[in-house]
Amino acid sequence: MNKIILIARQEFKNRVQKRSFLIATILIPLLFPALMGIMIYMALQQERNATKEVVHYLDESGLFKPENDRYIFKSFTGSLEDAKRAISHDNSFGLLYIPRLDVYNPKGVVLYTKVNPGPNDIGALRSLLEDQLKETKMRQLRLDQGLLDSLSTHVNISTVTLTETGQEQVSDSNVRFAIGMLFGLLMYLFIFIYGAQIMQGIIEEKTNKVVEVIVSAVRPFQLMMGKILGLASVGLLQFLIWIILISTLSGLVFILFGIEMPQQQMAREMTVQSGAVNPELAKIIEVWNQIPLGYMIANFVFYFLGGYLIYGALFAAVGSAVDSPSEAQQFMFPITIPMLISYFSLFIFILQDPHGPISVWLSVIPFTSPIAMMGRVAFGVPGWQLALSMVLLIGGFVLTTWVAARIYRVGILMHGAKVSYKVLARWFLMKN
Amino acid sequence: MEAIIASNVSKHYTNHTALNRISFTIPDKSIFGLLGPNGAGKTTLIRIINQIITPDEGAITVFGEPLNPDHTGVIGYLPEERGLYKKMKVGDQLVYLARLKGLSKKDATEKSKAWIKKFGITDWWNKKVEDLSKGMAQKVQFISTVMHEPRLIILDEPFSGFDPINAQLITREILALRDRGCTIIFSTHRMETVEDLCDHILLLNNAEKILEGPKKRIKDQFRASTYIVQHLGSFEFNDEQYTLVSRQGLGDNSYLSTIKVSREESPNQLLHHLIAVTEVHSFVEKIPTMSDIFIKLVGGGDHE
Repeated sequence: MNKIILIARQEFKNRVQKRSFLIATILIPLLFPALMGIMIYMALQQERNATKEVVHYLDESGLFKPENDRYIFKSFTGSLEDAKRAISHDNSFGLLYIPRLDVYNPKGVVLYTKVNPGPNDIGALRSLLEDQLKETKMRQLRLDQGLLDSLSTHVNISTVTLTETGQEQVSDSNVRFAIGMLFGLLMYLFIFIYGAQIMQGIIEEKTNKVVEVIVSAVRPFQLMMGKILGLASVGLLQFLIWIILISTLSGLVFILFGIEMPQQQMAREMTVQSGAVNPELAKIIEVWNQIPLGYMIANFVFYFLGGYLIYGALFAAVGSAVDSPSEAQQFMFPITIPMLISYFSLFIFILQDPHGPISVWLSVIPFTSPIAMMGRVAFGVPGWQLALSMVLLIGGFVLTTWVAARIYRVGILMHGAKVSYKVLARWFLMKN
Repeated sequence: MEAIIASNVSKHYTNHTALNRISFTIPDKSIFGLLGPNGAGKTTLIRIINQIITPDEGAITVFGEPLNPDHTGVIGYLPEERGLYKKMKVGDQLVYLARLKGLSKKDATEKSKAWIKKFGITDWWNKKVEDLSKGMAQKVQFISTVMHEPRLIILDEPFSGFDPINAQLITREILALRDRGCTIIFSTHRMETVEDLCDHILLLNNAEKILEGPKKRIKDQFRASTYIVQHLGSFEFNDEQYTLVSRQGLGDNSYLSTIKVSREESPNQLLHHLIAVTEVHSFVEKIPTMSDIFIKLVGGGDHE
């Protein structure tokens, strides 16, 4: 046990002292918001500065008014065949053909283009036509806009969750969705990055040939566990630093927007100055305050450790079996499949329907539970499901660690062996 | 007390047997040569002594106790496949490896500093291993093998990769360690090393023990009653018990003849016979080298 700690501490020291760790730890929390900002800015710029496309139109109905900021409309008179021929030679975007049509049942509108139009283009043209037809109809029916506006009704349903203690909580699934997504993604990235690092470290030890020196002093299992645990503590440290950096940064952002930090008894503040603050924002902050961040972080730490130990052990086994990272590819694939399943399910099932049967199953099965449960935790998970999932996760990592250790102890001493799944199975069964 | 007593040690793998009922004894404070062609089972045997793998059957005692996990601190092992952490500094590396062998941080630091000083490489302490030359790294590796003062040192092809000067330095250290009471196991193909250093020998081939015992006794056993004689004037034997194996002319009617005696006979009798027919300038018994013995015993098998 002492030797495991010794190895873990050395691994921790080696990793944390690397410049790449420092850079990743400090830059990523800054980089992500910055990148997002840049992307939003660029998207806005592109929209603003985009050169307007030329759209020819052939209007046989006489209803179309070429009024739009997005396109330059040019009327074409003549037959449809002529028009099609004409646009095939210029550099216009396309030809909008509006036949003589019934305003109550408009049919036969066609957009001829030289490239496949994106959904935005079709949507823009469609809503333009729809608006114009609507106006025509309003004129025919002698309606005015005021009457129409008074007819349209908008109902806002605010949702309130009754907790077990009978408390009422304002809930907003959008905030929970975002938080579930963030934590799920973070979990996916963490397990992947740290799992791959385990593998890479073990391949390095094997190709350095330092491993036989080490296993003459410690048991292979101790070496493997030491490395896995050492790296886990690096991951936790990094996560901790990120949390601190991100909450400090978001605190700064809140101050910039003239709002107090959410952590500082926001609810009380809200009642005092609710008139001054945008009610939507106030609601988000209220929901944000209800999400027990401490509980989420505690869960994240547990599932990160559990998930990382499961996958870390498998990555370790693969690393021990091969002589180079490129050789590892073939064995990586089956390991990444459950990861990918849980990653995609996060968006398809879990965040959409956090309490549905698929979501529950995925959050209980050990290989998918770390990511799936992160998606669900923000929405609230029944205690028994959480307990079952945690017990199975612990069982899962005990099992994979045992399997991995059996492959590892043989693999690290094999150089230049041609490794297949059959060989791995033989190593697993081999007596020590 | 014997350093190691192994009895009936076997190790089988799915497709082959690595060791088949091997028994041997390594006397305390000796330099023991573990010989054999590639694939004979040397590395398997060494790994068993280091408890990297366990034998399928048989027992091993180390300094009188059955092999147990505490022995890792008693043994220093320099594997044939050896290396160091490239990104780690020399000093950190030595301290870490010594601590894995069970030394306290304080002891590990003191001892590694002492050895670094002894080898005259104090200024390497803060250098990364990747910045060292191969020979330099080998020195560090040797220090890491012996710095925890093991009573039993196992060296697998220790001189591969050493230049002659470093090899000499290491040889000197090995002899000094033996004089201080360490037992040393050499696993090697290099017969000159065995010839110079080893007191005892175990020869393995195809997982079987071929030969074991003190080097001197083995050599006696393989004496072929062959003599090398330098003499003036040619002669022929007419006696059946003497065979002229080879004769080399040295000029001026001087020759170097190798003579084999077929019957149990003292050298004096041969000398007596020779004096009658030629003028003897030198007379030596041809003692087989370890290389001769090795090739004679193993040569028939197919090995690299």
